[in-house]
Amino acid sequence: MKILVCVSKAPDTTSKIAFTNNNSSFDEAGVNFIVNPYDEWYALVRALELKEAQGGNVTVLSVGGADYEQIIRKALAIGADDAVRIDAPESDALSVSTHIANYAKDKGFDLILCGKETINYNGSVVPGMVAELLDLPLVALAAKLDIANGVATCEREVTGGMEVLEVNLPAVISAAKGMAEQRIPNMRGIMAARTKALEVVSVENASATTAVSNYEMPPAKSACKFVDPANAAELITLLHQEAKVI
Amino acid sequence: MKTIVFAEHLNGKFTKSSLEAVSYASAWSVSTGGTCIAVTYGNIDASVLGTAGANEVWKMDALSAADGEQITKLMLAAQKESGASAIVLSQDLIGKSVAPRLSVRLNAGLVSGASSLPAGNVVKKNVFSGKAIAHVTVNSEISIVTVLPNSYGVNTSGTACAVNAFSAEVGNARVRVKEVRVEESESIPLPEADKVVSAGRGMKGPENWGMIEELAKELNAATACSRPVSDIGWRPHHEHVGQTGIAIRPNLYIAVGISGAIQHLAGVNGSKVIVVINKDPEAPFFKAADYGIIGDAFEVVPQLIAAAKAFNATK
Repeated sequence: MKILVCVSKAPDTTSKIAFTNNNSSFDEAGVNFIVNPYDEWYALVRALELKEAQGGNVTVLSVGGADYEQIIRKALAIGADDAVRIDAPESDALSVSTHIANYAKDKGFDLILCGKETINYNGSVVPGMVAELLDLPLVALAAKLDIANGVATCEREVTGGMEVLEVNLPAVISAAKGMAEQRIPNMRGIMAARTKALEVVSVENASATTAVSNYEMPPAKSACKFVDPANAAELITLLHQEAKVI
Repeated sequence: MKTIVFAEHLNGKFTKSSLEAVSYASAWSVSTGGTCIAVTYGNIDASVLGTAGANEVWKMDALSAADGEQITKLMLAAQKESGASAIVLSQDLIGKSVAPRLSVRLNAGLVSGASSLPAGNVVKKNVFSGKAIAHVTVNSEISIVTVLPNSYGVNTSGTACAVNAFSAEVGNARVRVKEVRVEESESIPLPEADKVVSAGRGMKGPENWGMIEELAKELNAATACSRPVSDIGWRPHHEHVGQTGIAIRPNLYIAVGISGAIQHLAGVNGSKVIVVINKDPEAPFFKAADYGIIGDAFEVVPQLIAAAKAFNATK
């Protein structure tokens, strides 16, 4: 089975979020970038588990500049067989998806796995766009994934319960919490990652239909109002009369 | 500007997130002097969508269930027929499956998870898990916006509207629903909950969750938990809110015995009012709180239950 896992980079969750150039771009100074957790913990690890059980090959793909290679090596250290970097700016979801689809269209992947969203742009858009561009079915936000006889069986959370879905491969699946558990790369994996193939693909720029013009910070919270623990009932009164939420 | 919006229903009722999307689409069309058409399918009284602001409803009766590709085809046909230049969906499971496909097919810029109405061709959306807001410019003739659940209020001031039959060639579903397992609980689904009572490791063990559930019941709230608590199996995974669990934006979030790690805050910082109960005065969560009680959960929560009961008795 040939599996493609799309990985993005994201700032470590403890990073300070700040902007430069008149609030038009994210300030990367001092920011530690990681593999987007949904792509790594769930999509990549499940792809590796499926390969280990059933045989096959796991390729990781990123769209971005040379600064992406650090997170691509991390994905290789966790266990991906090989990697591709599409050398293009990440302008918007459509351009990124176009690059992924153009690369994947004639490679015969049985399964394209993505995390459900990135933790920086929180879009949840790329998996659906890749599916449409490649005319493939999509299961969004799968929390469980099994493959047998060319059919993917997924479970996902829906209002009031769990839904079990089936789809014939090839398909695009986006991964939510529950699909797999985080794997920490070991020394052997880290050493092996140095020599694994990382193909860099040059492309023409793809068109974008949206652009971030600027960023703002959310309004600051007013100071916390403390209630005496000996008179906790006061809180219920405040929530009713002052905050008006009950 | 003419706006079309997709509305989903479950068990004979339109979902809350769909009603939010219809309300948003209606306000958007009104602000530009246009009209709003809600698109739906199946066996349901859809005239109620007028209450949320739709001027008319287009309904495909022949379709009883649909996957993302079929809803995409339905919306493409509705866009073509209406000539709408704005398309709205909720940023729920359907929106996440359908909006990207529409964006590709119509070469239309998509802003996913908007929290307020567009101003011209600029739409605001939360980024960095709510730690910042991006102003996204849409550079295409048609715009698509998905609305972040619980971020836009449901309009109830409209009146029932006309429902017109609509039909489109939607093909067959490639994603097959094999089973839906309904959770045997009367609790409120977390993503839709207006109030949430959440607890963390400070509860010392799963056997102590009774008081959390009781407080939630008295406040008509859903229950949630922090990541460590779901990881060690005290509570089910679907209750985990935070960076890697689910993100929620209720009107009231009460956190009991949760220190407020940055990953947890990322999942709840969109809440309107945050209450933190923790015996550690240095808990970082107090910095994000509107109300705080520095005290032992085992002493504070029973007082809150009693006060909530007394409050409910006066209603």
